[in-house]
Amino acid sequence: MNKTITISPSPHVYEDTTAKRLMFDVVIAMLPVLAFSIYFFGMGAIIVTLTAVVSCLAFEWLIQKFLLKQEPTISDGSALVTGILLAFNVPANLPIGIIIIGSLVAIGVGKMSFGGLGNNPFNPALVGRVFLLISFPVQMTSWSMPTGFSNSYTDAITGATPLGVMKEGIGAGESVSAIMDKIPSHMELFYGHMGGSMGEIAALAIMIGFAYLLIRKVITWHIPVSIIATITIFTGILWLANPEANADPLFHLLTGGVMLGAVFMATDYVTSPMSVKGMWIFGIGIGVITVLIRVYGSYPEGVSFAILIMNAFVPLINSYIKPKRFGELRND
Amino acid sequence: MLKTFPKGGVHPAEGKYSAGSAIEALPLPKIVSIPIAQHIGAPSKPIVAKGDKIKVGDKIAESAGFVSANIHSSVSGTVVKIDNVLDSSGYKRPCVIIDVEGDEWNEGIDKSSLIKKEISLTDKEIINKINESGIVGLGGATFPSHVKLSVPDGKKIDVLIINGVECEPYLTSDHRLMLEKAEEMLIGIQILMKALSVNIALIGVENNKPDAISHLQNVVKEYPGIEVHALKVQYPQGGEKQLIKALINREVPSGALPLDVGAVVHNVGTAFAVYEAVQKNKPLFERVVTLTGESVKKPSNFMVRIGAPVTDLVEAAGGLPEDTGKIINGGPMMGKAVNSLEVPVVKGTSGILIMPAEESKRKKESNCIRCAKCVSVCPQGLEPFLLNKLAQLEINDKLETGGVMDCIECGSCAYTCPAGLPLLDYIRLGKSRVSQIIRLRKQ
Repeated sequence: MNKTITISPSPHVYEDTTAKRLMFDVVIAMLPVLAFSIYFFGMGAIIVTLTAVVSCLAFEWLIQKFLLKQEPTISDGSALVTGILLAFNVPANLPIGIIIIGSLVAIGVGKMSFGGLGNNPFNPALVGRVFLLISFPVQMTSWSMPTGFSNSYTDAITGATPLGVMKEGIGAGESVSAIMDKIPSHMELFYGHMGGSMGEIAALAIMIGFAYLLIRKVITWHIPVSIIATITIFTGILWLANPEANADPLFHLLTGGVMLGAVFMATDYVTSPMSVKGMWIFGIGIGVITVLIRVYGSYPEGVSFAILIMNAFVPLINSYIKPKRFGELRND
Repeated sequence: MLKTFPKGGVHPAEGKYSAGSAIEALPLPKIVSIPIAQHIGAPSKPIVAKGDKIKVGDKIAESAGFVSANIHSSVSGTVVKIDNVLDSSGYKRPCVIIDVEGDEWNEGIDKSSLIKKEISLTDKEIINKINESGIVGLGGATFPSHVKLSVPDGKKIDVLIINGVECEPYLTSDHRLMLEKAEEMLIGIQILMKALSVNIALIGVENNKPDAISHLQNVVKEYPGIEVHALKVQYPQGGEKQLIKALINREVPSGALPLDVGAVVHNVGTAFAVYEAVQKNKPLFERVVTLTGESVKKPSNFMVRIGAPVTDLVEAAGGLPEDTGKIINGGPMMGKAVNSLEVPVVKGTSGILIMPAEESKRKKESNCIRCAKCVSVCPQGLEPFLLNKLAQLEINDKLETGGVMDCIECGSCAYTCPAGLPLLDYIRLGKSRVSQIIRLRKQ
């Protein structure tokens, strides 16, 4: 036999899924969200997204090439995902310079300092976002209003988010029903007609992306559902106990970063638990911390902090929560 | 809802190209190399010498202990030598090499195709006969069958499970056997039931063989106590522990055997071999082997004499395709890649798969992204990503507590890994190291 044949251990066939394909599926799932952002915020959304994506890719390439002296792997799509997610987590009128700083922190500190893809304990986009929130609190909380497509960017009309209005109103002793009159209806909240970070507004678009991720088997339903269920139950109890002092559960789900966080941020492979039981614990933790911050904390919104805090628990969850082994039941 | 095992599993492309090809006898080889170690357990001791004239079915090597098996000649002719020959493990192993002359069978063998239904032997006699005939598990594990039938005192077996799953993609030898030799196979199952004194036998068949299922369901009506069950197409449905769970919902404890939950599992091919041995006095010297692959001209199922070189099968199926990149003894999930077409067919050879070059290379490796797909597909509920890391770092105590010995090496983790990591390679390495440690500890 004169042929060159391969000798390797089994298995000899592989699923055609690659890490790259998974990343690009996430990008596809985010496109409806991006489309809604552009529809509501216009040019600002485009400028912010492009800046974040280009600077994330550039920083990853530069760091791999010149600092780590590795073969750059930016084509794997993970920096692209981080860039889009970072853009989704900031207002659509954020100045370019601040976005670039956020990208540097996200990629440089959040990801590459730990050794790159697969080694970072915290969601890189959220590391960038929280850094910006603390460093540039004014710019990071001057939300553009959903005026429909326009060419305005940093000169956009700004206002408070529904969560901000709610926090302030409750703080001032107003009743929830009175505050509700000042913010869009639940239906408007559902398709995203409100101020906020550019990717978090449209629950509808995020749910389309969620469905796509489930169909393509990129993620499982456990983390998003456990977060949403926990927030619904927790805020539901508070609301039932005193509907004049607490917003209803649907309001909590449709405003702020709950949907975006549950579907796209908390499900990040690298920074979430590996077992189904662990995913439940992770999701419940995020839900509880989010509500605690929103209702009892000083910030109106707490999804980013909740996810980062639970990210820190992932190694612990992974080492204590193990999948149930086959044949374990009688082997103790 | 079709029955299946509850945890993990994958569904690779089935590629059963040879499913429609009836079993045909492979032309007699010119020379055979019959390994003396074709089974799990002690290698047999050759009892022939250079120059001996032998007939088909003559014993040429004797079982060397309880867990061992006799070996019979598959041809008539002259023993040329006993020498080391490359086998599918990639090592040279001792073989009895026989020059084929004619096809003269041992007089004791009933060569007629008449189906003999009546079982005259007692349970003890059946087990002796199976032992004498050198029957081993033909699903691929090649564990000597008489050992599985000799139930230790204090254990009670209440069900016989027959594995007709054939969950490995591409392979169709069991499928054809169920279609063409159903009657014989069912009598073989009755013999096994008698040997074990059980009243129930369940045959599990994956639902991608509807013709075999309906045929068996027809024939089985005359055989009380035997049932045919269609199972979901989900790899590794044919894993012993998975099959038991799917059919009778009993979970074999970690480290235990099927008989600890009252079950014994035999393959459909083994049941057929049992029929031939007990009813026809024919020892195990031939078996059905699938020769298949995407580019193979004539994907086939051959009745092959043990010891025939693989190249004979390849020639009979239209020659080696131009684009051959890998030759696998077995299926694509658990088979072994071989480095020569001269390796002999052995009792455990269920198929030879020829893969095109562009599918023979592994996926490019990238970083683990902790997607947990390996965890979700592991049928044993293990954490392959973790075992892989622990094996690389040689942290053997954690490997053991992490359940590495429970790994059935089905390859689902490496199959599914989007980062293309060779998870099973390292886990196997870790497993062999841990099993060595366990052995030393027992001493």
